[in-house]
Amino acid sequence: MAKTPNISRSDFVKGVVGILGGIMGVVIGIPAIGFVLAPALKISLADVWIPLGPLTNYPVGTPTLFSFTRSKVNGWEKSTNSYGVFVYRKSETETVVLSNVCTHLSCRVNWNDANQEYVCPCHDATFDSDGQVISGPPPRPLDVYESKVEDGNLFIHFLKG
Amino acid sequence: MLNKVFTWLDERLGLQTIYNTTLDRKIPKVNWFFTLGSASAFLFIMQGMTGIFLTIYYVPTPDHAYDSIQYIMNEVAFGWLIRGIHHWGASLMVFIVFCHMLRTFYFAAYKYPRELTWITGVVLLLVTLGMGFTGYLLPWNQRAYWATTVGTEIAGTVPFVGSFINSVLRGGTDLSALTLTRFFAVHIWFLPAVLAGIIGVHLYMVIKLGIAGIPDKED
Repeated sequence: MAKTPNISRSDFVKGVVGILGGIMGVVIGIPAIGFVLAPALKISLADVWIPLGPLTNYPVGTPTLFSFTRSKVNGWEKSTNSYGVFVYRKSETETVVLSNVCTHLSCRVNWNDANQEYVCPCHDATFDSDGQVISGPPPRPLDVYESKVEDGNLFIHFLKG
Repeated sequence: MLNKVFTWLDERLGLQTIYNTTLDRKIPKVNWFFTLGSASAFLFIMQGMTGIFLTIYYVPTPDHAYDSIQYIMNEVAFGWLIRGIHHWGASLMVFIVFCHMLRTFYFAAYKYPRELTWITGVVLLLVTLGMGFTGYLLPWNQRAYWATTVGTEIAGTVPFVGSFINSVLRGGTDLSALTLTRFFAVHIWFLPAVLAGIIGVHLYMVIKLGIAGIPDKED
């Protein structure tokens, strides 16, 4: 049977079912993958300068927490995310603004004034006042925001998806 | 190599036997009307798959149901396609299942020994209509809202227990968030589970009893 050049009726049906099934699988399968991945592929980047108020609000030598919120539309809902930054004025002229997000697994760090270090409550990581890792699992120092001072007011450059 | 793998699996799973009893079984001479059952099964699977995908984005609350569908239709890649298939497939499924019933009736295929196949088929038809009824509310637009108002009101006209049935369907006296969530649960869990189970029984009997051929003058 298999030797003859003529394909049998049964094999023909099997072949046609296979080919049509394959085409239908691709026509449905590829859109289905796109359907699932769609929100992950849509990345909107924020690029704004956020005012943190007059520089004189922040004491020299002690990192001070500043919190702000940003709202964003996710799907059909507008959600508000809060962010925290530590403003650390090393001197009258030099200011560093650090993110309070731990570089290990994104818990929020706190400033411990007695030990002069940032402490992450999740896995006991510590960072010095410049954000450098002292101990614990974080792979890199705390993230630094680009900052500027205009007319005595402090601004940070906020870039986020 | 592939042959060896197949032989290994077949020895343990009996794949060849399954193939022979399901797909290579002997059947009488039939025509295209006999494909309506397979078409119904195909539509059930297609509705199941597109439905599963829709639940990734759909939210069954009055606050978000409508907006989440707008999002599916306008923002999600191929959302219009997945929902479109589910939407039109639903109507098509009711139509095809009904045609399948008509064919069985006119060809007298419900007679001995296939009465149970017919009875389970009737249940399948009713559950399919239930799927249509519960699914119709989920878009939470004006048409869905008022169709369900009227539909549950009709159920409420049953003598004596009508108002109780109406309250059970709505989850209270009014059409509310409770109605939407219970219709959603019934639409995606209860009825599909019943459908899948009874389809299994139905197919078992189709294979076990064989199918009736086209009746001739003798019948």
